[in-house]
Amino acid sequence: MSRKIRRKLFSNFMLFLSFITAAYGIFWLFWILGSLFINGFKYLSPELVYLDPTPAGQEGGGLRPAFVGHLIITSLATVIGVPMGIMAGIYFAEYGRNSKFFMTLRQITDIMVSTPSILMGAVVYAVLVRPVGHFNGFSGAVALALLMLPVIAITTDEMLKLVPKEMREAAYALGAYKWQVIKDVVMRAAKVGIMTGVILGVARIAGETAPLLFTSFNNNVLTFDLRDPMASLTVTMFNYVMGPYHYWHQQAWAAAFILTMGVLLLSILARVLLHRNLLEPLFYIVRSITGKKGG
Amino acid sequence: MVETQTALKTRMEVKSLNFYYGSNQALKDINMPIYDRKVTALIGPSGCGKTTLLRCFNRMHDLYPANRYEGEILLDGESIFGMDIIDLRSKVGMVFQKPTPFPMSIFDNVAFGLRLKGIKGTELKDRVEKALKDSVLWDEVKDRLKDSAFSLSGGQQQRLCIARAIAVEPEVLLFDEPTSALDPISTAKIEELIVELKKKITIVIVTHNMQQAARISDYTGFMYLGELVEFNYTEKIFTKPDKKLTEDYITGRFG
Repeated sequence: MSRKIRRKLFSNFMLFLSFITAAYGIFWLFWILGSLFINGFKYLSPELVYLDPTPAGQEGGGLRPAFVGHLIITSLATVIGVPMGIMAGIYFAEYGRNSKFFMTLRQITDIMVSTPSILMGAVVYAVLVRPVGHFNGFSGAVALALLMLPVIAITTDEMLKLVPKEMREAAYALGAYKWQVIKDVVMRAAKVGIMTGVILGVARIAGETAPLLFTSFNNNVLTFDLRDPMASLTVTMFNYVMGPYHYWHQQAWAAAFILTMGVLLLSILARVLLHRNLLEPLFYIVRSITGKKGG
Repeated sequence: MVETQTALKTRMEVKSLNFYYGSNQALKDINMPIYDRKVTALIGPSGCGKTTLLRCFNRMHDLYPANRYEGEILLDGESIFGMDIIDLRSKVGMVFQKPTPFPMSIFDNVAFGLRLKGIKGTELKDRVEKALKDSVLWDEVKDRLKDSAFSLSGGQQQRLCIARAIAVEPEVLLFDEPTSALDPISTAKIEELIVELKKKITIVIVTHNMQQAARISDYTGFMYLGELVEFNYTEKIFTKPDKKLTEDYITGRFG
C-alpha cells in the first residue's frame, strides 16, 4: 500500500472516530431532552405554578413555593455574584497582571470553577446557617453567588485580555486615566463577551441542587422572607423523585422540563448574543491581533 | 550641525537620552531637536529603536513596568519627566501603526479626548466637526456620525484616529508608521494630511518607507542599533549624508 493511501485511510479512520465520539455525546443529550419532553410536557399545567403543595399523599396541588423561591434565590445570587465576578475579572486583567499574588489568585479562581458545588454549600452552611441555627433563603443565594463568581471572573478576564493593548494605548495617548480607559474603552470592547459569560453563569447556577440542600433547604409554604427556609425547584424535584407518590413524580418531571427549557433558552440567548453583529468589534480585534486582513 | 537652525524654534529637545527595557538598553545617548511646525522623520532598520524613541516623547513606556529613562526630554523648555502625564499626553498626541478606533460611534471617537477635558454641548459638536474637517474625513462621514467607527474602511479609520488626536489640539503629534497597514491611495491621503497639519502642529513620524520620509519630512534622523547616527534636514540626508552608514542604508545596501 502506498504511503499516500495509508495516510488517507488513517485520516478517514480518525475522522470516523471523532464522529462516533461526538455522536455518542449528542445521543445521550437528546435522549435526556427527549425523555424530559415526553414525560414532562404532558404534566404541564397552570396549577403547577400557582397552587401550593397539598399535604403529602393527597393528589393535586402545585409547586408555587418552589417556583417563587427558585426565582428569588437565583435572582439574588445573580445580583450578588455578577458585579463581584465582573469586578474581580477587571482586577485580574487590568491591575493584577504583574503581581504574583494576584496571578496565583487567578489560578485558584480557575480551579474554583470546577469546585464540587456541594462543597460551596457546606462552606456557606458553616458560615451562614449554623450560626443562625436554621436554614434560610439568603444562604442559598450566597452559595449560588459563590458558584457563579469564578465563572464570571474568568470569562471577564479572558474577554478583557482579547482587547489589544494598542486600543488601550490609544486611549492613554489622549490623556485618559486608567479607570477611564477601562470604563469607556476596554469594557465597551469586551461588553458582549462579558454579557455572554454572565448568562452562562446564571444558566450554570439555575440547575444546582447540592449547594441548596445545606442552605435554603426546602419549604412547603410560600415565603418571601429570606430568613426562612426557602423552596427551590431543584431541591423540590430531588425530594419528590425520592418520594413514594406517583403524582409527585409527575410534578417533578414537569418541573424538570420547565427548568431545563429555561436554562436552554438562556444558553441560546448567550449564543445569539455572541453571534450578533454586536460582536463585530471583538472579531475585528481578534483579526487585527492574528494579523489577518480585516475591517 | 544644521545651518538653518538659528531661524527655527525648537519645540522639543532630546538630551543625552538613554532608555532601558529592564536591563536591555534600547536607546543610547540620543541628542536631537524637534523643530516647531516641521515634520521630523525617524528612519532606520527594524529594531533600531525609532519606535522606542517616539514612545518616549509621550512617555508611553510608563504603562509597562521595568522601563527606565535616563537623560532629558524638554517640551517648550520644560522636562516632560516632571510633568503630569495626563497634561503631557494632551499636549503630545499619538497615532498608531494600526488604526485603533474605539468601539463607539464615529462622533464619540472624535469626542473622546474632548470629553476627557470636560468639553460639552455645542462646543463639543463644533470641535468634532472641525477635527473631522481638518482630517479631510468630514464629507465622507457627516451623514453617519452615529454609525460605529468599525464601519469605516481602514484608511478612513486611520484618518478618524488622526481626527481624534488633533481634536484636543496637541502641540506635537507622533505618528508610528501610520500608513504601513494601508493601501497606496489611503497612504497618499494620509501623507497629504500630514503636510497640511504641519502648518499648525509639530510632527514626528516613524516610517519604514524611505520614499515617504523623503516626500513629507523636513528633517530626518537615521537610527541604527539604538543610536542616532545622523540627524539633518531631509534633503541633505537623502542626497549627501555625512556618514557612510547612512548612505549605505539610504541606497539600500543594507537594512
